[in-house]
Amino acid sequence: MVPDAEFRSYYGRPVLREPTWAALDIAGYLFLGGVAGASSVLAAGAELTNRPALAMTGKIGALVAISGSTVALVHDLGRPSRFVNMLRVFKPSSPMSVGSWILATYGPLAGLAAGTAVTSRIDRLGTLATLSGGVGKLATIGAGVLGPAVAAYTGVLIADTAVPTWHAGFRELPFVFVGSAAAAGGGLGLIGTPVAQAAPARRAVLLGAALDVVASKRMERGMGLAAEPLHTGRAGKLLRAAEILTVGGALVGGLLGRRSRAAAVLGGAATLAGSACTRFGIFHAGVESARDPKYTVVPQRERLREKQQRESPAE
Amino acid sequence: MPFDLHDLLSADDPPNSGGYAQDTPRFGFFTDTSVCIGCKACEVACKEWNHVPEDGLDFTGMSYDNTGGLSANTWRHVAFIEQRRPAADPDAGSNVDAVDLGMPAFTKPGESGDGERSEFRWLMASDVCKHCTHSACLDVCPTGALFRTEFGTVVVQEDICNGCGYCIPACPYGVIDQREGDGRAWKCTMCYDRIGSGMEPACAQACPTDSIQFGELDELRRRADDRLATLHERGVAEAQLYGREEDDGVGGTGAFFLLLDEPEVYGLPPDPEVTTKDLPVMWKHAGAAALTMLAGLAVTFLGKRG
Repeated sequence: MVPDAEFRSYYGRPVLREPTWAALDIAGYLFLGGVAGASSVLAAGAELTNRPALAMTGKIGALVAISGSTVALVHDLGRPSRFVNMLRVFKPSSPMSVGSWILATYGPLAGLAAGTAVTSRIDRLGTLATLSGGVGKLATIGAGVLGPAVAAYTGVLIADTAVPTWHAGFRELPFVFVGSAAAAGGGLGLIGTPVAQAAPARRAVLLGAALDVVASKRMERGMGLAAEPLHTGRAGKLLRAAEILTVGGALVGGLLGRRSRAAAVLGGAATLAGSACTRFGIFHAGVESARDPKYTVVPQRERLREKQQRESPAE
Repeated sequence: MPFDLHDLLSADDPPNSGGYAQDTPRFGFFTDTSVCIGCKACEVACKEWNHVPEDGLDFTGMSYDNTGGLSANTWRHVAFIEQRRPAADPDAGSNVDAVDLGMPAFTKPGESGDGERSEFRWLMASDVCKHCTHSACLDVCPTGALFRTEFGTVVVQEDICNGCGYCIPACPYGVIDQREGDGRAWKCTMCYDRIGSGMEPACAQACPTDSIQFGELDELRRRADDRLATLHERGVAEAQLYGREEDDGVGGTGAFFLLLDEPEVYGLPPDPEVTTKDLPVMWKHAGAAALTMLAGLAVTFLGKRG
């Protein structure tokens, strides 16, 4: 742990404004977006390799998760009735603008994939069912290709701020988030799919959990003082729980889930919960780092000192 | 890529300023805190002119500061810092004759204490939106509500803002904020309506000591350099300009300051950086992460069935 650093401030007040985002809305969105993205990839793979139960779980899961995300995002707006202003411009300099366009493309595809998965099963529809099967396949593949973008961009969304703990991890955060997403999407697959079709989901929770843990450790090492809020307070508790749930769930669901449906469901539920804890933990750590001027002032002072040393090494 | 994100990120930044046909000079504030007397006329004038709602006059216990900091409803904020150290008198030429400002008392300043200098100085500084050259709030705004004006300032269009709140954690100075009960983001406009009519912003107009100076940024920078040189000559070694240099992390600010202590003492970040400076790298990493996920999950479908 980094030792307490001496620093000056204006009556201990924060330099930054704390994010006004509600944890339930935005951390919830980070989680659900990840579940949706990974579920769509698994659904596309399942569709192409003829695993109908896994495909159905992925499609329905993705639609439910992305619908929940959208509701959370709109709910968090100060002026929800103006949500459509998100599509007023396209700005690569704004991860939220890019994300809105990703969601505006991905969401309907995920909806079409899930909708047609249901209609194509209704024999009464005749040729319409066949047609919807074809459209559904295209939509499923489209959503599967866009899914990783949904899961990864949220890392940029929170890193592209002045919030010390979010910004300091900008290189690794997208990897942490896609790992967490894969573990969660795999977990959902384990819950909704019989053992015989769930092999990809089992591998997904193992791979996802491994990436989540490795990328998180790597991120923390490179963050300096900004890593501290990840280990303290509510965020610390959430992230400890996240690690136990994600790793434990992956092992139970990914290994024992091969033989036991109960283990698969238990493990899947644990990785889902672990992924939620990861997102809420990182969210709260960021808010904490914005609240305490130490995390803004100390690293900036250090940076200034290094700059001065580079310019006049003699001093 | 069909475009260079670095170019795109700075396309709206001064001196190019977002494709205005006419070349208008960049306007700014120079806030010389060495002559601020803490009267808060700037806070009041700003509220009056801009119809900024009341935001609770609380007793903070922070010297004479009752507003705490910049917020959606405080666009000028006067900071008060009481320090146990001798005041540097910028106009006396030396510290020797500095009198005790002290706290309110029944004796006249300097009357008691056997004429000895007190170990007390009172810093006051009027803070405001910095109107950065590389402005993070403007970069991250997803609706285009925040825009660069023809004067090189940064303004929120209240009829566009949907209150997504992204600009708030993006600002390295903690300036812009969401207004409760309204939902939208608000901050200083540098009195866009006034300067468009050739007037100066309300705060600068109201400032009785010219601590807040408004004008063309180039001219203000010259003035600030002169003032700094004068103060250094007179022995006020701690005087420093903040936001003056164009090679800092935000490309210099449209509103810059002369301070008598380190920036963090006034609640300002010592070395702010625009977060979008790292955005091209972030997008690259996100792209790599997305491909990793796609490839990783594709691999899960290889191998044994079941």
